[in-house]
This record gives sequence, structure tokens and C-alpha cells, in this order.
Amino acid sequence: MASFFMVKVGSESRSLIVIDKLVKKYEYTIAVNGLSLEVKEGELFGLLGPNGAGKTTTINVLCGLLKPTSGSVSVGGYDVTKESFKIKELIGVCPQDTAVYSYLTGRENVELFGNLHTMPKDKIKKNSDELLNKLGLLEDANRRAGRYSGGIRRRLNIAMALVQDPKIVFLDEPTVGMDVQSRHAVWDFLRELKKRRKTIILTTHYMEEAEELCDRVGIIDHGKLIALGSPKQLKDDFRAKNLEEVFINLTGRSIRSE
Amino acid sequence: MNSEVNFQRIIALAKKDIKRIVREPSVLFMIILFPIVLMVAFAMAFGTVGGTQSVTYQIGIVNLNLEGNHQQWSNYFIGNLTNIKILKIQEYQNSETAQSDLMQGKIQAVLVIPENFGQSCSSYWAEANPSLWTNTTLQLYLDSGSMFATQAIPPIIQEALITTISGTQRIPLQIPINIASPSMVASNKFTTFDYMAPGIFTFALIFLIMTISQSFTAERQQGLLRRINITPITSKEIMTSQVLANMIIALIQAILLLAMSLIVGYRPVGNLASFALAFAILIIFSLCCVGFGLITAVVSKSPEVATGISFIFIIPLMFLGTFVTSGLSTIAQAAGKFVPSYYVTDALTSLFLRGAPITSPTILFDTLVVLLYSIIVLMLGIILFKKFGRRG
Repeated sequence: MASFFMVKVGSESRSLIVIDKLVKKYEYTIAVNGLSLEVKEGELFGLLGPNGAGKTTTINVLCGLLKPTSGSVSVGGYDVTKESFKIKELIGVCPQDTAVYSYLTGRENVELFGNLHTMPKDKIKKNSDELLNKLGLLEDANRRAGRYSGGIRRRLNIAMALVQDPKIVFLDEPTVGMDVQSRHAVWDFLRELKKRRKTIILTTHYMEEAEELCDRVGIIDHGKLIALGSPKQLKDDFRAKNLEEVFINLTGRSIRSE
Repeated sequence: MNSEVNFQRIIALAKKDIKRIVREPSVLFMIILFPIVLMVAFAMAFGTVGGTQSVTYQIGIVNLNLEGNHQQWSNYFIGNLTNIKILKIQEYQNSETAQSDLMQGKIQAVLVIPENFGQSCSSYWAEANPSLWTNTTLQLYLDSGSMFATQAIPPIIQEALITTISGTQRIPLQIPINIASPSMVASNKFTTFDYMAPGIFTFALIFLIMTISQSFTAERQQGLLRRINITPITSKEIMTSQVLANMIIALIQAILLLAMSLIVGYRPVGNLASFALAFAILIIFSLCCVGFGLITAVVSKSPEVATGISFIFIIPLMFLGTFVTSGLSTIAQAAGKFVPSYYVTDALTSLFLRGAPITSPTILFDTLVVLLYSIIVLMLGIILFKKFGRRG
């Protein structure tokens, strides 16, 4: 099924992410089961699915945190099993769970990650200021992150992933738990990233988010890719009003009922 | 895998860890404030701060009047001194040993009874004419550091001397025996706190085990370790930053503790080299604590569990190797030789209390043991943490 959908992927730019028959097994479960897809340079790709579908496991394999059980995965032309160090220089990852140092200020959190990517000091300062401003964090930048509200922490979570201006960005449920206003601010920010030709994989279970932002989406369920294409294309193919209906048509259940 | 070590990353992480110590009240208390409070409390309880002077004076007697027919006079004299309640008499075979104890503050005075003491006393009773008496002089050495001793002891001895010669019934105008002007001797007087202070320095560092294990488990639980692992940082850099941060913390802690101990009256002997070596030993020992902290973090799932498990290491290190040791059984004291904190405290005690030079075999041996122990524990901690501890 996956290879059928892959035919529909545009071929005008090179694939920066190539996943081929990826399987990731845990002791008692198969989290990802034969996933194959490609993401083109500059594409904003949505990985959709209910909780436990295998989205986060796929992201963890892509950024070298987990080793595939079988199959091959390359990011930026590097094999995740052999060249994960090279991949880490290319990617920025915003984890699903907010991971910020509560005793550091927002600015210090962002700058720390700039230093971990060995950026020059002036570049760290410039990028931090820019990100904090764009994500509406400038006012709170010098307060300790431990005192932030949940929404501000999530925006900081994104800023920390992007300070090094990565070529490839993995955003794992970046807007979960955000209020509508914050979510729209993040959407605007992601659109801007896309304009700058960043290659982005966005996992979400908000179908409207995927429809709004993504060039293409892959819907996965129980570790398998069950649909792949642009939101419009999928809606047309399944004669659905939105992606939520696409998912219901495919699985017989709502994505949020999981 | 990149094998290069990048100092920008190491310094950034080390700064982050130092900020944690400074900004998290519980950690700041455990690492800096608690040891300082302990130092002050112990100084007040066992040192000279707020203490009172003893009303008993330990006097060392060197009796040279041991031969001939008149030796009973010196026995009477010593007996009279012994009967005075505020004096504790300790007899010495020779003047050198007695003066050595005086210098160490074990006694407050040394009285030397001359060979012709008995003959002099006998002449007092045998001849009415003072010009026919055998004159002699008692040598008295006093601890110049004890104001009370210098004021009180000479008249007490004078009174005992008069009682010995003339009895309690009459007070003679003149006797053939003088007490020479007391020689003032500067002693090294040690309080209980002086013996405890080196152990307190060691004790303070031991709690790094708890804060390090809490830090790692909290970062792992919050997904921060995982997040850092997605950056190009290497395990070597993460561990180096930990070691660097904790070495700096150990140094700051030692400086603050030393400053506070000096304020509360601690007067360690030793020179600049002694202090430098003491700080170096403490910094080396901090590596051992990092190792124990990592091992604790490996087996702990949360900071709360890490707090509890860290006491598996803290308790023996504390009880067998710091200031607590002195009250333990001989078996427990012997067991102390298996914990590194024992050697840290022993080295610090040798440097600060005994005034041992930094090249003395004891100090070198202690330093070597601490160094080897620290390397082994740190390496073990790093290996275990790399293998089992980084998983989120």
C-alpha cells in the first residue's frame, strides 16, 4: 500500500527522508510495521494517527534515538543506524512531552541548545532573539521556565528545537494542549519555516492542523501506513469533507476515540 | 561516531549544572547551606565558640628528687598538689615528654621538682638560720594560650609548696624554695571541634551523591536527557561536563566551609601547600561522589527513589569516614578503611591537625587511595550509566 501512495509523491526535488519497510518491535508489541515513505526537501509532511499508532516511535527512529528492528531509514542522505551523529547535526526535534530546564530562563534554555550545536555566540543570540520574538516569548524570556504556563512551555519547547536553524525539523505533537491563540501563532510560525524551505515532519492527531499546514500527510494506524497524499487528494479519494472523515472511512472509528 | 571533545558543549552543560545548584533551593541547601550550618553548630557545640573555660587544670609533674634520704618531701608535695580539687596531676619521667604534651595542649602547666628539693626542705627544719638552708628553685612552664592557667596556677602551687614545707599551722616569712618566673609555652590546644572539622569537609561533599543522582533521574524523567541525546553531544562530553561542574562545586563548597570554619574559631595548622593539597584531595573525592551519583541514577527511576537509594552510599561513607567515626566501635573504625571518605578525612586531619608536611608518607598514601578509588568508582559509574542509565 505504501509504495502505491509513494508513486503520487512529487519528484521535482530530492527526498531528504527515506523510510523503507521500517519495522520497530518492542518486547510484546510491534510499534511500526513495515512503514515506507519519502519526504521531499522543503516539504511539510504530516504524520497522522491516533495515540499509540507509532508516530512517536517513527520520529525516535528518524532522529537516531531508537534502532529499527528491520528496514532502512535515511535522513539527509545518512543512514540512521550508522551515521546518527551526522543526522543530529541536521535535525531539530521538538519532543511530544515538554522538556525544558525549569531552573533556567527561557532564553537560557534556547541558548543552551545553541551551544550544544556549537553555534557561534553572536549567531546564538541572533537566532534566540528571533525565535523568542516569533513565538511570543520575548516578554517571558528572562523568567525561569519553571514559572511558565503550559502554553508558554510548549512554545519554548519548539524554540529550543529550532535555535540552530536546522535543515530538517521533527515536530512531535507540538501544539497538543495549547489554547487556540497559541496554536494559531505556532501555525503561522510553521508556515514561515516552510517558506524557508525547511523539511518538516509534523506528527499530530489534530486533523484540522494537518489540513491547514501539510503538503502531504501519511495516516498511520497500528504501525502501518494506511493512506498517503495531499489533504485535498485524500479528501477527494475518500469523498470526505475533512481528514477526520478520511480516517473514519479507513478504520471505521474516530481518530480521537483512541 | 564523533570522538572529538567540544568545550563549548561541555562548558554550556557545566554552567547549566552549576545554575541548578544555585537556583534550586533544595540543592543549594544540601550542598552549601547545610554543611555551613553544620560547621557552625558543631563549632558551638564542641569548639571554643560560646564555650566556657575549664575549671580544672592539668599539671604535669617531673620529679627529679628520686634518690637519697629526702625524697619523701617531693612525695608530700605531689600529694598536696593532688589534694587540690581543681588540679589534675600527671607525673612524667622527663621534662621533654611533659613539655611536648604542654605544647599539644594536653596539659596546662609543667612543674619540675629539682633533685635537691628534699634536701632543701630538710634544711629548713634543721637550721634556724636561713643562710644555712639549701636553696633551690622549682621550674614552672605554663600554657601562654590559657589566660586562666597563667593567672591561677602559680599561686596554687606556691600555696601547696608552703603547706608542704611548713604545714598548715604557720605561715613562714621565708622558705628556701623559690618558684622561678613561669616560662610561657605556646601550646596547640585542640577542641573536639578541631578533631571534627576535617571530617565535616568530607561529610559535606558526600551529599553530592544525592544531588547528582537526583539531577540525572529528574532529567531522564522529564525527557531532558533524551532531548540532549538528539543533539550532536557525545557521552564523553556529558560526563566531562558533570565532572567539571562538580569539581567546581566541590571547590566552592570547600572554600566557603573553610571560611566559615575560620570565622567560628577553627585554626588549622599547615601552610599554603597544605591548603592547596587539601582542596585537591576534596576535588578528587568529588569525582568519586559523581561516580556514586551515576550508579545511584542507574538504579533509580525517579528523583525520589534516587534520594533514598543514595543513602546506601552516603551512610557508610559518612559513618565510617567522617567526623562521626570517633565514637564508633573498633570494628566499625576498621571497616572505615574500606571507604574512600576515611582517607580524605585522614589526609585532612594529618594536614590540618597534625601539621604533617604534604610529602609525608601518610598524606601521599591517603591521596593515592582517594585518587584510585575515585577513578575506579567514576569509571564504573560512567560505564553503567552509559549502558543502562540514559534510557528514558
